[in-house]
Amino acid sequence: MRAGASLARTGMLVAGFAFLYGPMLLLVVYSFNASRLVTVWAGFSTRWYAALTQEAQLMASVRVSLLVALLSALIATFNGTLAAIALVRFGSFRTRTIFAGAIYAPLVMPEVILGLSLLLLFVALGIERGLWTIVAAHATFTMCFVTVVVQSRLVGFDRALEEAAMDLGAGPARTFIAITLPLIRPAIVAGFLLAFTLSLDDLVIASFTAGPGSTTLPMRVYSQVRLGVSPEINAISTLMLAVVGLALLFFAALSRQRGD
Amino acid sequence: MGPASNVRSGRNWLVIALPYSWLLLFFLAPFALVLKISLSQSALSMPPYAPVFDWSDDLRAIIEKLSALSFDSFAGLFNDSLYVESYVSSVIIAAIATILTLFVAYPFALAIARSSSKLRPILIGLAIAPFWTSFLIRVYAWIMILKDEGLLNRFLLSIGLIDAPLGIFATNTAIVIGIVYSYLPFMLLPLYAAIEAQDPALLEAAADLGASPARAFLRITLPLSMRGVVAGSLLVFIPAVAEFVIPDLLGGSDTLMIGRTLWNDFFLNRDWPAASAAAIVLLLLLVAPLLVYERVQLQDQEARR
Repeated sequence: MRAGASLARTGMLVAGFAFLYGPMLLLVVYSFNASRLVTVWAGFSTRWYAALTQEAQLMASVRVSLLVALLSALIATFNGTLAAIALVRFGSFRTRTIFAGAIYAPLVMPEVILGLSLLLLFVALGIERGLWTIVAAHATFTMCFVTVVVQSRLVGFDRALEEAAMDLGAGPARTFIAITLPLIRPAIVAGFLLAFTLSLDDLVIASFTAGPGSTTLPMRVYSQVRLGVSPEINAISTLMLAVVGLALLFFAALSRQRGD
Repeated sequence: MGPASNVRSGRNWLVIALPYSWLLLFFLAPFALVLKISLSQSALSMPPYAPVFDWSDDLRAIIEKLSALSFDSFAGLFNDSLYVESYVSSVIIAAIATILTLFVAYPFALAIARSSSKLRPILIGLAIAPFWTSFLIRVYAWIMILKDEGLLNRFLLSIGLIDAPLGIFATNTAIVIGIVYSYLPFMLLPLYAAIEAQDPALLEAAADLGASPARAFLRITLPLSMRGVVAGSLLVFIPAVAEFVIPDLLGGSDTLMIGRTLWNDFFLNRDWPAASAAAIVLLLLLVAPLLVYERVQLQDQEARR
């Protein structure tokens, strides 16, 4: 009876993880395929990776994506952290409902609607679209994620530490920098990474808010994917998966070290 | 509350001014704009709509224009079978995909939650790790698998199980598979949280009282995890209704889903008022599930206190 249950559990775990990771694994394997026909195996080769370095447009879009992700994540982290402090510490204030609503709404708002509305704003204001409009759009939709992460840390926060600092004569600003900020730093870092990843991955909102000359990596990959499967896309995809995989391993190891 | 207590509680209005004005400019103002443009006539110009209000309008002009507001775009939506069919088929596809995701995710979440406490954090970490990888790439992997000359068909043909390609690619079935795969982590996490929080003593008590494992599951585990079921389902259903990438890449040219129709109207047909009106209707369509989700979250927070 117990053995049966444990066998079923193991079977379910194997099937579940095979479903989750199988498609990605196939993509990685076939990126090392010598044949141009993606799904016909013709021996091991790294030629598609070598071919990638020749694609200047692709490299340019990698730079655009990284820059957009960095700038928008910085803005989102700043605004999102302030918003979390306001939500947790300010109690109720007038228009709090609007404020909270505007913060949480992008969490569940369809991307097409966010993208469309931001494009209409930029057109109405006569702002030429380009790198900065993508940055503003990404900073807006990723901010709420930072707020949620930082907020959960602030809720479980011991206020006595701040009070002690103030009793010892520290002003509000000094208390914030010396006590509050270091204590909520892990959440701020996590929020930043989340915002960075979401920005790097976004296709829909970037497509609405980008201008000529500011094509992000997902936009470039998307336009190629529409034309069909190709070994080059497999190679880019593998590199992107590798970067995320290594980052995740790094942070898992880091949090493990800190946790124990 | 005096100024002193304001300092104490850290109430500095600058703290709120920055994020608030950012949201006003980049979130609330754009929404007002979508509403405004959905009420204007489409025009062959750049931007492709006739202005509704001017900053220079005085009150009388505004009232005059209010009476001339155009609901053409909204009326057009409901007369246009393309839009009506897009809404209907989006909801149906998203609902089927959500139910399937639930059936895939539930035993998976259960298996993770019942693993040893040492293994659990690693397993759930592995299960939601794909969330951090590119959505586009994960959908792309399924093109490679499902195409007529793709890996699945090649495999099935080579072992002689089929003699002609299955033809799943570019159908609604492919879209459903894509949604289940892409949104699985969204369903897994709330389910796992709801199952893992249950007291194992409840199941022992049920077994002691003679309940079979199946009965114990139906009477204890499942009812206690309902909050996770509802939260996970909404987290999958809401974005799936408005999904663009999956129907565009895995669906056929005849696939109608509202996210894609809206995108095409905007970029290809350049009918901005129609696209704006479609966006407003889509939002209204999602208000009910959003409110339910909000409610579940609130109950969850209260339960934790």
